[in-house]
Amino acid sequence: MDVLIDYSNLIYEGLQVTLALLIIGLIFGFIFAIGVALARLSKYRVIAYPAFLFTSVIRGTPLLVQIYIYYYGLGTLFSHVPWIRGHFLWPYLRDGFWYVAFALIISTAAYLSEVIRGGLLAVPKGEVEAARAYGMTETKALLRVRLPRALYQLAPTLAGETVLLLKSTALASTIAVVDLLGAANQIRSITFEVYKPLLLVAAIYIIATYLIEFIFAQFEKRIPMKQ
Amino acid sequence: MNEAMQLLGFGEGGWGPALLSGTWVTLQISIGAFIVGILIGLLTALAKLYGNPFCQSFARGYTTICRAVPELLLILLFFYGGSSLLNMLLDYLGYGYVEIAGLPVAIIVLGLVQGAYASEIFRGSILAVHSGQAEAGSAYGMNQRKVFFRITLPIMAPHALAGLSNLWVNLIKDSALISVIGTNELLYTAKQAGGSTREYLLFFVSVAVIYYLITLISSYLLRKLEIHLRRWQPKH
Repeated sequence: MDVLIDYSNLIYEGLQVTLALLIIGLIFGFIFAIGVALARLSKYRVIAYPAFLFTSVIRGTPLLVQIYIYYYGLGTLFSHVPWIRGHFLWPYLRDGFWYVAFALIISTAAYLSEVIRGGLLAVPKGEVEAARAYGMTETKALLRVRLPRALYQLAPTLAGETVLLLKSTALASTIAVVDLLGAANQIRSITFEVYKPLLLVAAIYIIATYLIEFIFAQFEKRIPMKQ
Repeated sequence: MNEAMQLLGFGEGGWGPALLSGTWVTLQISIGAFIVGILIGLLTALAKLYGNPFCQSFARGYTTICRAVPELLLILLFFYGGSSLLNMLLDYLGYGYVEIAGLPVAIIVLGLVQGAYASEIFRGSILAVHSGQAEAGSAYGMNQRKVFFRITLPIMAPHALAGLSNLWVNLIKDSALISVIGTNELLYTAKQAGGSTREYLLFFVSVAVIYYLITLISSYLLRKLEIHLRRWQPKH
C-alpha cells in the first residue's frame, strides 16, 4: 500500500481528469444526441440520411481508431497550418485531453441518439395528436410532449450508457492523457509495481460504477410517470 | 491522391500487404475470442443459474467486475498479471522465463473480457424459454435430449443470437485495444505505417474503413441468420 500512498496525488489528479471527461462527454454528447435523433426522424432525406450515416459509421468503428484519427491525424494536420499554430487556441489543440473529449462527445451522441430515436418513436400517437388538437405548434408539441416522454423512457438506459462512457474514458491513457488509467500506467513505469496500481484503479472504477447506478436510480424515482 | 494510393497499394513502399495481414490477425483474434467468450459465457451462465452458492457468487463477481472496469484496464491487468503469474509458476517448477505475447494471449484476454457479456446473454435467453414448453415436450414423451434440441434450443436461439451478434460487433471493435499490448493486428499495423510515413490521417482513416466494412458485412449476415432462426415465430 505504501507505494500507492506516495502517489495518491497522481491518482487523485487522474480521477479528476476521468470525471471531467465523463461529465463533458455526457452533457455535450446528450445535447448533440437529441439533435441527431431528430435529424434521423426528419421527413427530408437530405437531413435524415447524413444523420443515419453518422451513427452508422461512429458505431461501426472502434473508438480507439476515432481517437487516433483526431489526435494523430488531424493533430498533425493542424500543426502544418501556420495560422492555427499562431492561434491563441493552439495550446488546447496540442493537448490530448480535448481530442479525447471530442471523440467521447461524438461517440456518445451516436449511441444515445439511437436510444432517443427509439424513445421518440415509442411516444403514443394519441398524445401528440392531443397536443396538436390543443393548438400547440409542432415545435411546442415536440418540446412539451414528445421529448419529455422520450427522455423519461430513456432513464433506465441512461445509467448503462453512462457506465459505458466511464469505461471509454480510459482510452485517454493511450494518447498520454493522465486519467485514472494513465496515472496507474505512470506509477507502473516508475515503480515497476504491476498489480497494485492497476487493481486500485480498477476498484475506483467499480466504485464509480456503483455510484453512477445509485445516482441514476435516485433520479429515476423522481420521474412523474405511472408505472 | 496518387501518392496515397501508392502508400496503401501493394507495390514497392506500399503498406497494402501489411494492412491485409493485419486485417487477417484482427479477424483471427475476434473469432478466437468469440469462441472463448462463448465457452466462458455458457459456463458462467450455467453457474449463475444452477451452480452452488460459491459458484454463483464467483460468477456474479466476475460479471460485475468485467462490466464495470474498462476493457483496456482488464487487458493490461490480464496481460501483465497473467504473464507474471505464469512466470512465477514456471519459476516454481524450475523452468526459465518466457515472454508471452501474440495471438493466443490476445484471444484469451479478450475472451475473458467478453465472456462476462456472453454469460448475461445466455442467462437471459435460457430464462426466456418458458418452463411449460419444455414440460409439454416431456409430456409428449420426448426424452431430455430431444426436449433440449427440439424445444429449448430453437426457442432460445433467436434470443441468444440477437445478443451474440451485438457481442461480435463489439469484439471486432474491442480487438483494436489489443494494439496496446503489441500484437500486430490492424490498428497496430496502421500505427507503424503512420509512424514511418508520417501519414497518420491516411492510414487511420483507411483502417477505420476496413473496420467499418467488417462490422457492416457481419451485421448484415447476422441479421439474415436471425431472420432465418425467427421464421417460426409469429410476426407482430
